[in-house]
Amino acid sequence: MGNRLSGPLDDPAQDAGYPGGHPPRMGFFTDTSVCIGCKACEVACKEWNSVPEDGIDLLGLSYDNTGELSANTWRHVAFVEQKVSAPAVDIGMPTIGAPKQTDDQSGDRDGVRWLMSSDVCKHCTHAACLDVCPTGSLFRTEFGTVVVQDDICNGCGYCVPACPYGVIGKREGDGRAWKCTLCYDRIGDGLQPACATACPTESIQYGPLDELRERADRRLEELHEKGVEQARLYGRDPDDGVGGDGAFFLLLDEPEVYGLPPDPVVTTRDLPAMWKRAAVAAASVAAGVAWAFLGRS
Amino acid sequence: MSPKREKAMVPQAEFRSYYGKPILKPPAWKVPDVPGYLFLGGLAGASATMAAAATLTGRPELAKIGHLAAAGGALGSVGALVHDLGRPERFLNMLRVFKVTSPLSVGSWILAPFSGLAVAAAGSQLTGIFPRLGALAGWGAGALGPAMCTYTAVLLADTAVPAWHEAHPYLPFVFAGSAMSSGAGMALVAAPVASTRPVVRVGLLGAAMETAALTTVERSLGVVSEPYHSGRPGTLLKAAKVLTATGAGLSLFGRRSRVAAVAAGAAYLAAGICTRFGVYHAGVESTKDPKYVVTPQRERLAARH
Ligand code: SF4
Ligand code: SF4
Repeated sequence: MGNRLSGPLDDPAQDAGYPGGHPPRMGFFTDTSVCIGCKACEVACKEWNSVPEDGIDLLGLSYDNTGELSANTWRHVAFVEQKVSAPAVDIGMPTIGAPKQTDDQSGDRDGVRWLMSSDVCKHCTHAACLDVCPTGSLFRTEFGTVVVQDDICNGCGYCVPACPYGVIGKREGDGRAWKCTLCYDRIGDGLQPACATACPTESIQYGPLDELRERADRRLEELHEKGVEQARLYGRDPDDGVGGDGAFFLLLDEPEVYGLPPDPVVTTRDLPAMWKRAAVAAASVAAGVAWAFLGRS
Repeated sequence: MSPKREKAMVPQAEFRSYYGKPILKPPAWKVPDVPGYLFLGGLAGASATMAAAATLTGRPELAKIGHLAAAGGALGSVGALVHDLGRPERFLNMLRVFKVTSPLSVGSWILAPFSGLAVAAAGSQLTGIFPRLGALAGWGAGALGPAMCTYTAVLLADTAVPAWHEAHPYLPFVFAGSAMSSGAGMALVAAPVASTRPVVRVGLLGAAMETAALTTVERSLGVVSEPYHSGRPGTLLKAAKVLTATGAGLSLFGRRSRVAAVAAGAAYLAAGICTRFGVYHAGVESTKDPKYVVTPQRERLAARH
């Protein structure tokens, strides 16, 4: 039951008015199960896009000294240390050196599990930031991605609280809104986005969304077969509240553990209902004033 | 330390999160700019509609007050909006496109003509030039007035901010009621005592509508109602309710006592300010604690499966 505001939508670029023959929808599949937390993506993104530094802080959140996505952080690697009693499962991480001693894996010792995940703008199928932008600064590219035009943005800030993932932010001193462009300038030239290029483990995979989805489905199956029951895809489903994400993830725990909303919904899904209520309320004002002035006095 | 105290210090562990960090970004808007923009816009809208009704029913002194309040409120509202922009010199980009999916775009297309018309009407009132055009402008502003009262509710609700979005069915009525009592408040302060009867009625209607809608917001949204009755927004909204009730009560004596009328009007205006700041801050608070995002979304997921 898709419509232009919510629900599944095959081709957001076409919906935005690009004629047939536009490039396929491109995106990211971030497989967090192979992320090693090296932050190469964060650095590559900052370098390529000349994103200003946002302070060097020690946040005390494991190895995460970045904190969150913002106007000045377009890739953010989250670090979660969890106490686990279950045996560690081999999830097919690339290894170097001699294979581990097998008697080390007896299984019933307590240990620590590391969850690392490189978060990014989701390039939503139904992007609230784009929907609410009054200037048309945020737009849908021919690749189906969502980009801010910094020469048009007037810094109204509406996109900031509209994003259900808390991605886009207003830059201090500059006054405009900034976020991941999925390296619009690179992919137009047939290059990969900077983060995907820098990622040493292929945790960040870039490509046509259709292919990424197939690849992710296979990877999920593989992990489930290996007994990694916790593995799940996040943002893969075109039936979800934002019509599926252009940048989606394989997670090893619940989304909120990584700072992601468990069931995000594009706010504009309810916009027709909102305008209806506002119209009724406005009509009440008109009727109330008319009654007050026309009544006996 | 008493066991009770210890218990209170145990964090609620009903939801999981990333180090308790917020999931959403708080609105990047400035205070008092944006709550002020909401308040002044509502005041202007209701005043313009009252001015038109006063003209229609032959009450020139009320019409004049309405026109002036509409113009002043509109200019203030536009000023606050422009001042809030990160790039104020690009404020005209607001009118670069008309986007139905953006309440700020739709709102700008309401606010801009409304302001022009309201200022024209007031200008003509004050100077006596172009009386016909001035009257026409007054009708136009009066017709747009009700929309001015409510579009800002959609503006706030059309975000991911839990306390605003979840309140979307009721916020337009909170704002409409608040705008009516603010408009009435201004007229009560300024108008001669003998002419205030319709104004008192507008105020009472607005007070009733706002109080009913606000109470619903405070009670019916589950965990997301919390920011509306706790902390700073809770205090502001409690003050708003008391002031609204005070204004309504005093306004009943407003036809006999100038002092009562002015006090009633002042209470209404203060209530309107408290309401807008209270609703604004409730929204901001709801973005700061991931509980307001995770808990309702988890409940939604559980209900689906
Ligand atoms: S994740 Fe947020 S900023 Fe990115 S496209 Fe979706 S709504 Fe816009
Ligand atoms: S801040 Fe800029 S990009 Fe964001 S909604 Fe406003 S004009 Fe659009």
